[in-house]
Amino acid sequence: MKPRKITLEVNGRVRSATAEPRLTLLDFLRYALNLTGTHMGCEHGVCGACTVMFDGLAVRSCLIYAVQADGHDVTTVEGLCNGDGTPGPIQEAFQDAHGLQCGYCTPGMLISAQALLQSTPDPSDDEIREALGGNLCRCTGYAQIIDAVRLAAVSFQGAGG
Amino acid sequence: MSEPGRSNLVHISRKRRVKEDKRFVSGTGCYVQDVVPAGTKHVAVLPSPYPRARILSIDLERAVALDGVNAVVTGEELAEHTAPLPQGLNLPNVVWRPLAVGMARYAGEWVVAVAADSVHIAEDALDLIEVEYDPLPAIIDPELAMSEDAPLVHPEHGSNILYSGVFTWGPVAEDFEAADHQLTFRARWGRSSTVPIETFGVLAAWREGTDTLEIWASIQMPKYAEQIAHALRIPLNSVNVHNDVDVGGAYGVKRGIKHTVLAGYLSRKLGAPVRLIEDRLVNLAGGDAHGPDRIFDTEVAFTKEGIITSLKIRAIDDAGAYPGRGPYQLAKPITAITGPYRINSVHYEAISITTNKTGQVPVRGFGQAPTNFMLETAVDKVAMQLGIDRLEVRRRNFIRSDEFPYTIPSGTAYDSGDYHAVLEKLLDLADYDGLIQTRDQRRSEGMLAGVGIATCLEPSGGNTMFEYLMNPAAEITTFMEACQVRVDAQGGITAIMGTSGAGQGHETLVATILGEELEFDPEDIRVIHADSLAGLPTLAPVASRMAIMLGGAAAGAAQKLKDRVMRIAAHNLGIPITGLEYSGGTVFDRADHARKLSWQEICFIAHNQIHKIPEGLEPGLQAIHVFQVPGGGQLPDDQNRVQLYPCFAFQAHIPLIEIDPGTGKVTIVAYFIAHDCGTIINPDIVRGMVIGGVAQGIGVALYEKFAYTPDGQFISGTFADYVLPSVFEIPYVQVTEHCTPSPLTSHGQKGTGEGGYLGAPAAIASAVNDALAPRGLSLHELPMAMADIEELLNGGDSI
Repeated sequence: MKPRKITLEVNGRVRSATAEPRLTLLDFLRYALNLTGTHMGCEHGVCGACTVMFDGLAVRSCLIYAVQADGHDVTTVEGLCNGDGTPGPIQEAFQDAHGLQCGYCTPGMLISAQALLQSTPDPSDDEIREALGGNLCRCTGYAQIIDAVRLAAVSFQGAGG
Repeated sequence: MSEPGRSNLVHISRKRRVKEDKRFVSGTGCYVQDVVPAGTKHVAVLPSPYPRARILSIDLERAVALDGVNAVVTGEELAEHTAPLPQGLNLPNVVWRPLAVGMARYAGEWVVAVAADSVHIAEDALDLIEVEYDPLPAIIDPELAMSEDAPLVHPEHGSNILYSGVFTWGPVAEDFEAADHQLTFRARWGRSSTVPIETFGVLAAWREGTDTLEIWASIQMPKYAEQIAHALRIPLNSVNVHNDVDVGGAYGVKRGIKHTVLAGYLSRKLGAPVRLIEDRLVNLAGGDAHGPDRIFDTEVAFTKEGIITSLKIRAIDDAGAYPGRGPYQLAKPITAITGPYRINSVHYEAISITTNKTGQVPVRGFGQAPTNFMLETAVDKVAMQLGIDRLEVRRRNFIRSDEFPYTIPSGTAYDSGDYHAVLEKLLDLADYDGLIQTRDQRRSEGMLAGVGIATCLEPSGGNTMFEYLMNPAAEITTFMEACQVRVDAQGGITAIMGTSGAGQGHETLVATILGEELEFDPEDIRVIHADSLAGLPTLAPVASRMAIMLGGAAAGAAQKLKDRVMRIAAHNLGIPITGLEYSGGTVFDRADHARKLSWQEICFIAHNQIHKIPEGLEPGLQAIHVFQVPGGGQLPDDQNRVQLYPCFAFQAHIPLIEIDPGTGKVTIVAYFIAHDCGTIINPDIVRGMVIGGVAQGIGVALYEKFAYTPDGQFISGTFADYVLPSVFEIPYVQVTEHCTPSPLTSHGQKGTGEGGYLGAPAAIASAVNDALAPRGLSLHELPMAMADIEELLNGGDSI
């Protein structure tokens, strides 16, 4: 099938590019838009490394075709940074708690945490686990990731949510 | 050098952010998948659908004709131009190549590779390749593979036994003769691995103008460049491995030499960069990256007081079709073959088998985790047979803190430890008595509940002499790591290391130690990863060695650098070095602090004023230190006794679990650890390493298995089949620490990258068996899958 031109908003910017219909949103973000922060882990929707925000919801970008994102709003890990490119509040909390090791699952974790805290600014531990349940981490055993989300929640609340 | 275990450390052991984290949380890490030069060609591989089959013919015509396809390569073509891939044992007739030649030896083995303008086109082309096979019966069970009439995986080798060796250390026969009791059991460690979330990937770019093969790879392997040069038959100084690649998890298994040789060959053939990124199915089925798959038959001799006096261990390991360095995972555990216990003698028989499964790769702990699972099972069984508490049996057998250095029967001296103190700290942390009450309460409510106990020694620092025990041709006694420190004309400090990192925090390690030694803020110290051609002697981040070895190299480089600083200061101040004092980079006259040279002044002199540099000192300000493993360098004696790893960390684990009696589902309610890795360099990194290892160990114990059908089909090709534990399966692990500094390292540090993975499978198995005990059942095969437990509870036999 022929490539199609698509237009979507990514991290607050309108982006247009062509995409083959079989191209995943993951590969489109990484290779058409050069947003390499989003990572490929399994390409069958289990590991969560490719999680992005899609119209405000955390979704797996390996299970969406780029053409399906035409006209939609996408946030990647790069979009969690402040306007000047410095780490945003959740990213600061993950550094403070060392909620990562190799960094490969981290962008997906950060997006899932962001989605949680947007809807639930003061989550319980069970709510944190529920929110991260679709993101596999092989390095940390999750404890410091949970610590990081708790810490991020505090800073979210401090910043007025 | 700083005194081990000193209390006045400024940066070491203090909480500080991990230097690497900022780029990772910002999405600006650089992984191999992010390296895509212009004109890159993409590789897809065609797997064999059969576990054992002759390849009769291959028709490439339609694939070659597809638009966008650049090359289609068979095993024959590749074998013409490359040497077989290097392996550990001396097995000239067990030939390992990136693509099968004439015979496919497992379902998933690569048969043809396509390079194309996109990976999609390459995968389309795979569908156009026609291979005619002659399927043959496969051999899957490692014990059946040892029988005379078993099909041979490598007929030229003449047997499916790759290695069989017997070691006896100490008076085994006498100890068994004298023992009050003996017991025997079988324990099985299932086929699993540490499976990083990032698959293996490589980008190879042959540069005709420089005659170099530039490699970016998701690699964690000693002597990677050497292996590439050997297989591609090019000089070692034509291979340049870029170590500034962030590796998305490794845990031992990122060893894609076959991927690299294939990509390197294609790059040279096409004159273009070539990229091979495993998809998940290729990774699980055909990456030659499975871990140990081991059967233990163990006999234990012990006294009526529960003192274990001798062990007879037979370990059969299934290395799959291509062993690589895998079989050495039977030898490394000799480093701590008696664990933390005072066991007088050991008989050890190690057997490595080839079967029609994907090949083996080193996994976190390099064989120590299965061995520890077997050892701890033995201790629990002694306790149960005698009716003595499991903790008490351990206390009675532990080496005492006043016995170090303690030499075990196989010849290794343990450096230091206080196992009794660590165990007591664990009991406090876990509120052990309360935990037992909780268990009993849950039992009274109808649940099966169990408390596990396991300890483990974590040999750390490395040393390859265990290889020599299995293969005397491997007379390699050097096991080093290096660090260079450079100070620029502005006084900025940059350290260079020679390998890539995979989340271990090496940059933080180096910066922290340099900061401590040179009295600078680690935040201001830059750490870079040199390419292999510009780099330093390294043996990669394996063997739980970097805190010891890279840390030791950094500390040594700092001392050499400081010596130069002092010599420049002494020369310019006209004061002997003994009359000087170093503080935060400034050098003072001890007698008169007004007389001094600042760091900036010294650096300016070093770089710009040779007339102010003492004779014999070269200009600039830099130092390299190559650190050799402490205590290494010796060959075994005639009893096969030899010092293996230098340092021994210790962990003790206690989980509380519940088993649903209806479904067999295990829930881990709580998990406690006390550990001792000597001086901690960075508390957050150590905690993450310990807990992360536990999570992988829980996976081994309960969920993860590379499963094959009896006729050899691989049935664990997705994450729905090969189940990695999520945040729902892993409890919030609580950790406490103890510090017995190592006398052998720069700051008393020991390794800590493996202990969690060594202890957790044993601890979970102990807990499951504690839960099953009231029913008179036991289970000693990992993983203890829900279905296996349910079957056992509903009338199955104990395994």
